[in-house]
Amino acid sequence: MTKEQETLLCVSCPKGCVLHVDKEDGEITHVDAGCKRGVVYAKQELTDPRRMVASTVRVHNGLLPVLPVYTAAPFPKDKIFELLAIIRKKEVTAPIKKGDILIKNPLGYDINVIASRDMPVAK
Amino acid sequence: MKTNYDVIIIGSGPGGVGAAIGAKKAGAQNVLIIERDVELGGILLQCIHNGFGVENLGEELPGPSYAQHYIQEMRDLGVETLLDTMVIEITPDKKVIASSQEHGYLTLEANAVVLAMGCRERSRAQIQIPGPRPAGVYTAGTAQRWVNMEGYMPGEKCVILGSGDIGLIMARRMTFEGAKVERVVEIMPFINGLTRNFVQCCQDFEIPTQLQTTVKRIIGKDRIEAVEIAQVDDKMNFIPGTEEIIECDTLLLSVGLIPENELSRSAGVELSPITGGPVVDDQFQTNVPGIFAAGNVVHVYDLADWVTIAGMKAGENAANYANALTAGNAPTQDVTEIQVQPGQNVRYVVPQKIAPQNLHNGTIDLQLRVTHPIEEPVHIQVLDGDTLITRKVEQYVRPGEMVSVKLKEKDLEALQGVQTLSVRILEKTKVK
Repeated sequence: MTKEQETLLCVSCPKGCVLHVDKEDGEITHVDAGCKRGVVYAKQELTDPRRMVASTVRVHNGLLPVLPVYTAAPFPKDKIFELLAIIRKKEVTAPIKKGDILIKNPLGYDINVIASRDMPVAK
Repeated sequence: MKTNYDVIIIGSGPGGVGAAIGAKKAGAQNVLIIERDVELGGILLQCIHNGFGVENLGEELPGPSYAQHYIQEMRDLGVETLLDTMVIEITPDKKVIASSQEHGYLTLEANAVVLAMGCRERSRAQIQIPGPRPAGVYTAGTAQRWVNMEGYMPGEKCVILGSGDIGLIMARRMTFEGAKVERVVEIMPFINGLTRNFVQCCQDFEIPTQLQTTVKRIIGKDRIEAVEIAQVDDKMNFIPGTEEIIECDTLLLSVGLIPENELSRSAGVELSPITGGPVVDDQFQTNVPGIFAAGNVVHVYDLADWVTIAGMKAGENAANYANALTAGNAPTQDVTEIQVQPGQNVRYVVPQKIAPQNLHNGTIDLQLRVTHPIEEPVHIQVLDGDTLITRKVEQYVRPGEMVSVKLKEKDLEALQGVQTLSVRILEKTKVK
């Protein structure tokens, strides 16, 4: 039975607590955290790390030339650059509404890329 | 358009929009928000990363989404807006002078004003980095606006000076857009921004980050070609032999935010030399009756959520002031005030003045920043001389993470006759 301890910095909220994780034979046995969300974060981070991804897409005919977009849920960390390559190629046309799905289910994780804001047509 | 308003708000970032909502909800009839940009939202429009709304809305939204949520609420309440309009002066008797292409030169009058102009960034000239002045040296916020709103890429090979939140966020953003971020250097021995940003921006993308290091000089003629970095000692002197040349075509500066108070000065508002923002009381009122201030213009916050809340309170108080004025009730001038001073390990405390009788209406939040990180349990003590009024325990404190301690109604008795309070931080092991 191998016992390990790992230290993580929690990113769930601005407090930035240090998390202490005890593992036995690779399985998490205990998480020492500032709150419940820290425990959830530690378990997720050590098994399937995910991050929210935000970027921009080219928008035609809009008030601004680029439109901010983001993933509707945290995306697998090791797939971020592949996702960004897809986002980089996407172009949309105004008007756009906040929440519009701009890229549906990229890479098959059931997470859409959506518009962060309304983008009205240029005056 | 009208020229008289109950409340005029300068700026439509989270502070200004919060103030507009607070003012309307408190019953102010005519509320106007003036914004220099072509649309509402302020700095949130360029903060496209997630993390907004965690505290207020229970969601992790990008800045523009968060902004739009409150802007909609503001519109639904009937707040008027003036866009693409620059306020150029505010007088002590609350005339607001502004200029716009559509309206020309405007002179507006208000019963109450809320200052919500936010901050500007510290520039290269202000920190005096030696060397020629080639293109390619930008503040991190400028780069952020270009990438996220105007569609420009500042460069391809980047060094970032300063580990404040904007620098950390741009380290990630530039990487996402295909640039190579060679190094983040920070002159202090600790990360300035939120820990979560350090993890999600530098650690995640393996961007080398060096503490007690800064840019010694800039190299390049028409365009920056490299920076020379070097380490500094505890007295901020360069350590000989630690110099390193890093080739780059862009240097981004994230070396501090300065509350934007030119207009406050013109109105005769007293500023604090430590925060750079107005001296305010627990109602967010400045020394000029009827002029209130909220958000980063007062002191730099970590979260937009807190700025929105501060804005709402300032707006509510501005509306109450305006309503009292309209009703012919001169707001009371002889209010007992306690001065609040920073003590050991505390750089500043806001508000700098409190009226203890306001504790009957709710808690007073004292917000502060520490002078240096203390990575062990601490007591935050509010003292009258040597007498402890209240205290709070934190597991650790860092300059990049604002700390708050509340005064409650039950503290009123202990505050009788007190003229000055100080707030200090002591390691738990040192508390008797």
